[in-house]
Amino acid sequence: MAAANFIEINDVSFAYDRRPILTGINMAIPRGKVVAIMGISGSGKTTLLRLIGGVMKPNKGEVVVDGRLVNAMDSGTIYDMRRRMGMLFQFGALFTDLSVFDNVAFQMREHTNLSERLIRDLVLMKLHAVGLRGAQRLMPSELSGGMARRVALARAIALDPMLIMYDEPFTGLDPISLGVIRNLIRRLNDALGATSIVVTHDVEETLDLVDYVYYMSDGKIVAHGGPEELRAATEPLVHQFIHGEADGPVPFQYPSANYARDLKLEGRDA
Amino acid sequence: MLERPIASVRTIGHQSIDSILRLGYAARFITLTLLHSGMSFRRLRLTIRELYFTGVLSLIIILVSGLFVGMVLGFQGFHTLQTYGSESALGVLVALSLVRELGPVVSALLFASRAGSAMTAEIGLMKATEQLSAMEMMAVDPIARVVAPRFWAGFISMPLLAAMFSAMGVFGGYLVGVVLIGVDEGSFWSQMQSAVDFREDILNGVIKSIVFGFAVTWIALFEGYDAPPTAEGVSGATTRTVVTSSLVILGLDFVLTSFMFRGV
Repeated sequence: MAAANFIEINDVSFAYDRRPILTGINMAIPRGKVVAIMGISGSGKTTLLRLIGGVMKPNKGEVVVDGRLVNAMDSGTIYDMRRRMGMLFQFGALFTDLSVFDNVAFQMREHTNLSERLIRDLVLMKLHAVGLRGAQRLMPSELSGGMARRVALARAIALDPMLIMYDEPFTGLDPISLGVIRNLIRRLNDALGATSIVVTHDVEETLDLVDYVYYMSDGKIVAHGGPEELRAATEPLVHQFIHGEADGPVPFQYPSANYARDLKLEGRDA
Repeated sequence: MLERPIASVRTIGHQSIDSILRLGYAARFITLTLLHSGMSFRRLRLTIRELYFTGVLSLIIILVSGLFVGMVLGFQGFHTLQTYGSESALGVLVALSLVRELGPVVSALLFASRAGSAMTAEIGLMKATEQLSAMEMMAVDPIARVVAPRFWAGFISMPLLAAMFSAMGVFGGYLVGVVLIGVDEGSFWSQMQSAVDFREDILNGVIKSIVFGFAVTWIALFEGYDAPPTAEGVSGATTRTVVTSSLVILGLDFVLTSFMFRGV
């Protein structure tokens, strides 16, 4: 029987060289849900996605995807697992030397023996799902930012993945494209029966969309709960983030020396 | 008081360790590339496409440069040989200079700046825009899919380009020497034919161009793959490709020449 949680992260720590990025992370991502991982830039969100995808291995703890331990897999097994994952990169990361059609067909051609006719039908269906069937012949350089993101989304779902990961999907989009992407995240998740993880710092777009939120700061999970719980949170870090306050526990000033000393005013009468 | 000298010694130490580490990465990189080359031959279309970009698109610069180098050799050679009354040896001089040295070396230098820099920039940009990470997340190995076909394309096209450079150079020497200045056509070709040895001269030149092709393509691909994923990083890597390849070509040429032509 399949476990209720598609992903479980147990007591995971990770460090680059000796600089800790993640410490003692515990997380459960239920099957079929859309879960957000939120936090300011540099809080370790993207690193967490890389650990789930098996790109990097944790120094401590375990990452379990669909009941299987990722950190114990060899590279062949990790590649097998990744075929069932789709990932949308921050700016789409489309292959610039391939057309929209070939971008979406890329994985089908690499990993399956499907005939070109069948691939054509599948690609058109995926492109239709993101509303860009008419753009199949364009090159990535001819697309707007929002269109590129949608093509990348079609590419991410090319093999009907069980897990779709979104790395900052809303960054740099106009309000209309943003709305389109937001709707697609929910619709595709439910239509494919997949599980989705959205890594983001866009509060309003996300809280309306997701089922559950983990809030990270400095490589730790500070708060988690449903969107309403987070809106009502009193924990100062979360409150500052959700309400976008300029100063608070995360200070406005980058750590710096004494202001008066920097301006060489010390010793004079203030 | 001792801080500054100690700091500079430390910097030297760090830099040496870094460059040795990088050499290790580069060795690992080329090993992986060779090990993952299967796809480049199973799906020949991937390699042929790269052959077009690295080889065919470099043809113009190689052919035109070859022609001009040969023509200059014709003038200079004639001028010098005339002093000794042996203008008829012009064909030998032009052919040997091209086949042994100028063909492989100059075409490798041109190849590094035309095709090598393009490879570095392309792979560096693919990395900076996360295309390589995306490929890896799609369970496709970028070394097998992107790097290896480019490596073989460079490896195959370099000797061919060098051969065409030499042929074009001989033609340029002929144009200037025979057509323009009026050296006897019969002795131009016949002396060339009898003095140029296939194994000693041509084969050694081909070996040189194969070695240079391997080195330049390796450097170009590694610099691109290892480039910091920023605009500055990619531009720095492109510059390093041209500078390092040029120095490596000239250094290797000296070593190879000293082994191939000693005592001749």
